[in-house]
Amino acid sequence: MTEGTGKHTVTVITPARRWPALRLNELWEYRDLLYLLAWRDIKVRYKQTALGAAWAILQPVLATIVFSIFFGKLAKVPSDGFPYPVFAYVALLPWQLFSFCLGESANSLVSNHNLLKKVYFPRLIIPLATVLAALVDFGVAFVVLLILLFSYGIVPTAASMAFLPVLVLFAIAAAMSVGLWLSALNVQFRDVRYTLPFLMQIWMFATPVVYSSTLVPQKWRALYGLNPMAGVVEGFRWALLGSAKGLGPQVWVSAGTVALLLAGGLVYFRRKESTFADVV
Amino acid sequence: MNEIAIRVEGLGKRYRIGSQERYRTLRETLSQKLSRIHFRRGVKSAYRQSESIWAVKDLSFEIGHGDVVGIIGRNGAGKSTLLKILSRITEPSEGHAEIHGRVGALLEVGVGFHPELTGRENIFLNGTILGMRKAEIAAKFDEIVAFSEIEKFLDTPVKHYSSGMYVRLAFAIAAHLEPEILIVDEVLAVGDLAFQKKCLGKISDVSREGRTVLFVSHNMAAVENLCRLGIVLDHGKQAFVGCIQDAACHYYDSLPGSRHPEGHIFDLSDAPERQSDIGKLLTRIELYTEDDRPLTGELRIGERLRIRIYFNLPSRTNSFDIGLGFNNVFGQRIFTAHSLFEPHRSDKARVGPQVLVCDIPEFTLTAGTYTMRLWLDIATEEADLIEDAACVTVMQSDYYGTGKVPWNGTFVLRHRWFLEEDGECSTKKYLALTSGKSSS
Repeated sequence: MTEGTGKHTVTVITPARRWPALRLNELWEYRDLLYLLAWRDIKVRYKQTALGAAWAILQPVLATIVFSIFFGKLAKVPSDGFPYPVFAYVALLPWQLFSFCLGESANSLVSNHNLLKKVYFPRLIIPLATVLAALVDFGVAFVVLLILLFSYGIVPTAASMAFLPVLVLFAIAAAMSVGLWLSALNVQFRDVRYTLPFLMQIWMFATPVVYSSTLVPQKWRALYGLNPMAGVVEGFRWALLGSAKGLGPQVWVSAGTVALLLAGGLVYFRRKESTFADVV
Repeated sequence: MNEIAIRVEGLGKRYRIGSQERYRTLRETLSQKLSRIHFRRGVKSAYRQSESIWAVKDLSFEIGHGDVVGIIGRNGAGKSTLLKILSRITEPSEGHAEIHGRVGALLEVGVGFHPELTGRENIFLNGTILGMRKAEIAAKFDEIVAFSEIEKFLDTPVKHYSSGMYVRLAFAIAAHLEPEILIVDEVLAVGDLAFQKKCLGKISDVSREGRTVLFVSHNMAAVENLCRLGIVLDHGKQAFVGCIQDAACHYYDSLPGSRHPEGHIFDLSDAPERQSDIGKLLTRIELYTEDDRPLTGELRIGERLRIRIYFNLPSRTNSFDIGLGFNNVFGQRIFTAHSLFEPHRSDKARVGPQVLVCDIPEFTLTAGTYTMRLWLDIATEEADLIEDAACVTVMQSDYYGTGKVPWNGTFVLRHRWFLEEDGECSTKKYLALTSGKSSS
């Protein structure tokens, strides 16, 4: 811990305690580093790829096209009365934010192992930086969403749009709640990284992205909410399309799940933090 | 009275090694945990029995503000672990440390550099990683670029830099970190001589500004010149804390001898590569240095080397001579010591075991390992010859006493430099300067 006394800051170094303090205020001190790591990831990604920023648009658009053809037209999955492309895209937006965040943060500690071994900073910065990077892609895809909505003549109400930042935060929190666990686990157990793509595929089908949560019978709806992304996606559908059909107890269950997982993730991460430099 | 910058008490760090692999899969951990529950009768699993080593143990010392401390020890002594603990990269297993002031740790040059980013971008990235604020970096940007001498390549991706440019840029950024306590770990191992000189210069500037410096390097001359205090670590334990010269002596003395376990004694009875017609007449070599101290470690440039050669002479020997050839690692003969060159020889040759001593007051060969070829001539004919009878290692040291280590060349010679005045070399002045030959 660090306190300022007299003219020098005093830092005391002791062996790690079983339940170390969260020290979230330290994150604010290191905000420059947080921003810079995110900036580095974005810059490097765009320098190395040929498509660059177009990638942020291509992913949701292509997915929407494929889903519209196979789920919308051919399988005739009901879409709450909305045109299927819009229905799917609105859900793909937070879903891809979540999946990108989760995927990047899970491996973030291992891929930054050289920093872990040579410099001190609160290690939470590393998975958090992936969030910032993901938000950039989200922003770009969101603009495309607005274009899509207007072209279908759907205008979301100002009141529900006001909730959008909260929902974005919800999506990020959901990603972090799992990401913190996975990134800490991945340092010790490398199979996390390999199971993740598989996990994300399954998870997407467990989330109402290509279908509406009205597909799930009423009595199971609350249990369904244990999937945090269920609540997020329905929240987005409500805010942007005005569709309240999916809302209900599941949103609150999702929120509760996220809160618990996030708190647990923070504690687990901090507990394991002292071993990162030794094990990675 | 100095305020304390760093106080360490009972610091220790334990690492698990051995049967526990570093990356485990979830499956292995789960199955182990399950089997422990199943066989609850205290069956010791491999996990419990894995060995652990103490990388450092029971370190306790204090460093005051403005002290420049060298941490020395062999590879594996725990120096890097100590620095990692003090930089908060790893946590101690026991003990505690108090640090008063902002710490800047240079444990690797160019940490966080990304090859795809340009020099300019990497300056900001690396600077922030080291702990500088963005505004601070912007303010010092021009100085950093000037120090690194890469103005022309500022906007080229770093992956196109030569290794020299890379290291110069990395050090330039690190050099402008202004912490109250600077921790430097063997960064000088990278880079060419010019770069090393620049690094040392910058570190000595930092220490002159009154900041505290903790310096780990294997460049003993640099350590001795820069630091005032020294901490010697040996297998993780604190072997010595005190002034740097005594610490250096302690370190040198602890280094093992070359071939023989006893260090300064070379038993020649089983020496390979031997040509002896009459028999094994040469029996032993012992090495000593100043004050007849056994030479168990490395010799400093210009120190005394005294060689005791134990041998037997058969009966009816009229005269004999012993020669000692010093070869460098390339097998080149650098110097030959031969008893023929001794003016005060006795003419009579005794029979039986005896000792001949070769005393070299100033062994002025440069740093390196020299093998000694030993031969005994009886009546000018070779009687016993051993290649590689013994060896002596000379270490880099400050021979001229000016803080600069002689490099290049096979040996050193005492010399002076002075400016000529009025086109004349004043005889009086020249004599005055060169009269005290062995004083500097």
